[in-house]
Amino acid sequence: MKARVTVTLKTGVLDPQGKAIEGALKSLGVAGVASVRQGKVFDIEFEGGDPVKAEQTLKEAAEKLLANTVIENFKVEITAPQAAPATP
Amino acid sequence: MKAAVVVFPGSNRERDMARALKLVSGREPAMVWHAESELPAGTDLVVLPGGFSYGDYLRCGAIAARATIMGAVREHARKGGLVMGVCNGFQILCEAELLPGILQRNASVKFICRDVHLKVERSDTPFTRGYNAGQVIRVPCAHGEGNYFASEGTIARLEAEGRVLFRYTDADGKRDPKANVNGATNAIAGVLNEKLNVLGLMPHPENHVESVIGCTDGRGLFAGLVAHFVQAA
Repeated sequence: MKARVTVTLKTGVLDPQGKAIEGALKSLGVAGVASVRQGKVFDIEFEGGDPVKAEQTLKEAAEKLLANTVIENFKVEITAPQAAPATP
Repeated sequence: MKAAVVVFPGSNRERDMARALKLVSGREPAMVWHAESELPAGTDLVVLPGGFSYGDYLRCGAIAARATIMGAVREHARKGGLVMGVCNGFQILCEAELLPGILQRNASVKFICRDVHLKVERSDTPFTRGYNAGQVIRVPCAHGEGNYFASEGTIARLEAEGRVLFRYTDADGKRDPKANVNGATNAIAGVLNEKLNVLGLMPHPENHVESVIGCTDGRGLFAGLVAHFVQAA
């Protein structure tokens, strides 16, 4: 099973990196960019077949390590609930 | 004073710290590898040195904060033992939740390597008894993530409880946005925990302890700690 944990900065938290990226995009002439906030994506292969349990475990993992909840929010998604079917 | 310096993979200021501790206290500190589960018996002071533990992967200090030795550091702090984290050590203490808040990327998005002035906000702590309250000291800083941030409520509490121990100021001790090199909230350079026995600070007092360097303003911190333990004995 595959899962994705997305970590983003909380609203109102200063994001100097996002600002720098925003500036770079604007200087490249990319039209329409109003603002940029940067974050992190973790793609995780999960052993075991229970997506509910996997989601719960990954939420705990995000609380413990993947996100710093002082400044960050996170989202856990199960992207591929089933293991790939065995080829005959 | 029996000091222990914790060494993580990627620490690089541990020998500067050990040198300063030896020079001022006369006693060689123990160097403790991160994978150890215990501190040497009778440790008075634990120091988490500067560097780039685990290459700053994930977030600065995030991996080191979960190292085996941190269980013993936590226990030492819980029992009232002194803990000091400098630079990456400060980041580790925040990630370990032994101190509130977090050190974010500098507001300028630049790595800052220069001397800064710090105002010592109070002298009635084991870390600052070698200084006078309001004294301004000059110490080097070298960091990319030193921009202290915490929720509004936490900042208000830190201020009300006198837990901001060092603040970036100009040479006269005045607050100045230009002196606040990394954009830290309220120009905070160093904070204490609730029990005042855990300190985190971004700049490096350990690098200003010898006159040959041209400045000894950092010496007071170590001399104060030594005096604290002499009095306690």
